[in-house]
Amino acid sequence: MRYLPRDNKSRAEMLEAVGVKSVDELYKDVPQSAFIEGLADLPLHMGEMQVERQISGYANQNHSAIDGPFFLGAGCYFHHIPSTVDYIIQRSEFLTAYTPYQPEIAQGTLAAIFEYQTYIAQLTGQEVANASLYDGATAMVEAALMSMRLTKRNKIVLGNDIHPEYYDVLVSYSKNYDDVQIQQGGEPDDDTACVIIQSPDFFGQPHRYEQWRKYCDETGAKLVVVVTEILSLGLLQAPDMADIVCGEAQSIGLPMSFGGPHLGFFATSKENIRQMPGRLCGQTVDADGKRSFVLTLSTREQHIRREKATSNICTNQGLCALAFTVHMSLLGEDGFKHLARLNHEAACDFVDIINKVDGLSVVNDTFFNEVVIQLPVDAHDLVNGLAEKGIIAGYPLDGNRLLCAVTEMTTLKDVEEFVGALTEAIK
Amino acid sequence: MAAERNIEQAGKMKQSLDSEGRGLQYEENLLWEKKRNDEPAVDLEPLRHIPLRTGQDERGNIGLPQVSEPQVVRHFVRLSTWNYSIDHGFFPLGSCTMKHNPRINEKLARLPGLAHIHPFQPEQTVQGALELMYNLQNYLAELTALPAVCLSPAAGAHGELAGMMTIRRAHEAKGNTQKKIVLIPDSAHGTNPATAVMCGYDVRTISTKETGRLTVAAFKEALTMTDPNGADIAGMMVTNPNTCGLFETEILDIADLLHEAGGYFYCDGANFNALVGKIRPGDFGVDVMHINLHKTFSTPHGGGGPGSGPICVTEELAPYQPVPVVVKIAGGYHLQTQDDQPESLGKMRGFHGQFGMHIRALSYMLSHGSDGLQEVAEGAVLNANYILSQLQDVYHVPYEGPCMHECMITDKLQKGESKEDDVTTLDIAKTLTEYGFHPMTVYFPLVLPGTMLIEPTETESKDSIDRFIGVMRHVADEVKAGNTDQFHEFPLSTPRRRLDEVKAARQPVLRWSEDMAQL
Repeated sequence: MRYLPRDNKSRAEMLEAVGVKSVDELYKDVPQSAFIEGLADLPLHMGEMQVERQISGYANQNHSAIDGPFFLGAGCYFHHIPSTVDYIIQRSEFLTAYTPYQPEIAQGTLAAIFEYQTYIAQLTGQEVANASLYDGATAMVEAALMSMRLTKRNKIVLGNDIHPEYYDVLVSYSKNYDDVQIQQGGEPDDDTACVIIQSPDFFGQPHRYEQWRKYCDETGAKLVVVVTEILSLGLLQAPDMADIVCGEAQSIGLPMSFGGPHLGFFATSKENIRQMPGRLCGQTVDADGKRSFVLTLSTREQHIRREKATSNICTNQGLCALAFTVHMSLLGEDGFKHLARLNHEAACDFVDIINKVDGLSVVNDTFFNEVVIQLPVDAHDLVNGLAEKGIIAGYPLDGNRLLCAVTEMTTLKDVEEFVGALTEAIK
Repeated sequence: MAAERNIEQAGKMKQSLDSEGRGLQYEENLLWEKKRNDEPAVDLEPLRHIPLRTGQDERGNIGLPQVSEPQVVRHFVRLSTWNYSIDHGFFPLGSCTMKHNPRINEKLARLPGLAHIHPFQPEQTVQGALELMYNLQNYLAELTALPAVCLSPAAGAHGELAGMMTIRRAHEAKGNTQKKIVLIPDSAHGTNPATAVMCGYDVRTISTKETGRLTVAAFKEALTMTDPNGADIAGMMVTNPNTCGLFETEILDIADLLHEAGGYFYCDGANFNALVGKIRPGDFGVDVMHINLHKTFSTPHGGGGPGSGPICVTEELAPYQPVPVVVKIAGGYHLQTQDDQPESLGKMRGFHGQFGMHIRALSYMLSHGSDGLQEVAEGAVLNANYILSQLQDVYHVPYEGPCMHECMITDKLQKGESKEDDVTTLDIAKTLTEYGFHPMTVYFPLVLPGTMLIEPTETESKDSIDRFIGVMRHVADEVKAGNTDQFHEFPLSTPRRRLDEVKAARQPVLRWSEDMAQL
């Protein structure tokens, strides 16, 4: 086995030093009934070439986004990732390091997290951000739970159309408490812990926050803004009037990877930091007075506070946050905004082309890079039919509506092929 | 005048000569402190500046830094040189399983047919991905003797939560509303009690200080403290082998007592590396267990994630576990949703889980195969026992061995009479960093003061372990000879020396801003 040091002489020396004849003697505390007699399902060990062959076999059965026109979004987006990103995150020193608990020998990871936190804070218009959470859905749940801690209230108001899976995850978590109320739509009242607004919402429509801010100020509820397409923050106004901004940052630096690993982000104001979930990296100095970084405010966390922790989160999405940071540093201010606008312009073209087709119309009057198309046929059937032609058409909503995303990866040829197949399908 | 200017410039030059470090030790400022480049490090298609249809004005200046591609590369490469990693050397971090991370796993996770697929694609276009997940589920079921597997949880702590929520859901379905308490030994990871509380349970702690293990007597006492039949006990959360590195010898009897009381046994899978391919948790009474793919199955820790924490459960609990789960149906593989599994607790995160980590873990499993995995556990256990055998005459070993895949010692023998003489666990950890090692886990478990938990893993050779033992014995010898001062100063040769952690917490600076202190 290529990963193990196989050296019989050393092994014999070690057994002798320990004072046993075989390793099995070291397992004397384990009940006999628990020992495995044989593994039937798992195949025998394989060389690197065989493993590659088997897993490539799985890959080859899939239709990937580079195999044809692709218009699926719905909280997970197909964007270009510069080569530099993957090169940096595969460096041993980042890839194979542990959580930076020993800051003297982890300043690389810590400095990168500090930069990540700065990027998220700037993009969201908030004062501070944590070092990441699992994904957008769990970040939104953490925001709801934090609002409940801050207000000591139990009602969560969903102000608009949030991602259905984010909703599902919120419902699962809420069942852990006896008295959490989730209200779809409507305004907050004096029992409301937070109002959650997604922008752009699940159907691609950007939202403003002034009215929600006013409702929240009147009732003492927290305003939580969820962003599932972080690139939109390069074109849309910053949600700086929110109390918490959270969401999904997969669009910058991470492949779709069938849904994970992605990158949950979480930002808020400084006054809330003691109630924040997750890791935080802060600046300090070392014994020589040099600027240094360290994980801080850990008295909120499970390894110190145990049952009184703000969350049970431990490992987060460190390397994904690094990928994001590298990609952001390549984009810079001008590149980030340019890329955002490029997505929007591509979506504008897409909308114009769709609206010219008889029987099709785009529902959105406003959007960033994702829109709903009204079809004359069932959306599920259409998506399945087009998949057979090598086109991933989008996310089928209930009935005759289709949610389509357009990014910088979408070419005019893709759109033409899509429209051609679509026209054929609705005849 | 010209001469003065020259002197001034020479002074500036000297300063800048030193500001980026010497030799191969580079200093590096933050991106925001670099001179702004006119253009970013990407060349994008030109914009046409057509009117916006966002319903709002374009966002103004954000304040992001801007540099060229070579500057970006150099920035992160320099930062990387400040990190220690498993690829540098020995990383005996207890309960963290820092084993070799094979590069083929990275390569395979990046195949376009796996990296560029979307979780909402029609199932017929992602059959290969579903088959991969299905096989991983089956292999995990076989290795744990727990037949139902959900790959969705994103990390160990998330798997714990998924596991405990499964238990909660099962109790609800049975109408066991009186079950409100979860039993947890004091040696448990902090995530265990935090998880139980997130699940809406109260925590009752069981002391294991005496022997480092759970005893039937202590367990019974905790089980029946508020109800003679343990009717208020929802379950227990136990790590086995536990965080003192010991197998729980009375686990079968304890599991029986718990089951009689109607409670479920959640096992924290952090220490599965001692068992993999050799011992099956389902055969010692476990009902639910999470598996850290980033520990036992070699997916890289990445400086703090992404991890992956699938859960494995009994047939009885299977209906309640989270969705989605991949099943095989006529014509192919299918992702079960809540509609297929109405009793399920629902979704734990968006989409299907950390799929990229599933690929890596499967690649690792196939490499070892059914014939090779038990060598993993055996190698890990032998290495830990060897370390214990070589340190036990100079360090305090509170609980007798043999240990499993990690061993626990304390600083009791090194602590002096007065505070000045003290060489503590912290000093020993920092000394290890000076000598080119990552420290062991320190001050955990919390059962005793000054604990050190050492986990070598199976991928470490005797040579590298011997060098570690050499440093540990050197420290013990020096302390015995009274040469203690040096240990309070270490590390000296690392990119930074000991940090002022109090300052970081008292005056939190959590992001770059213009008024922040520069290098």
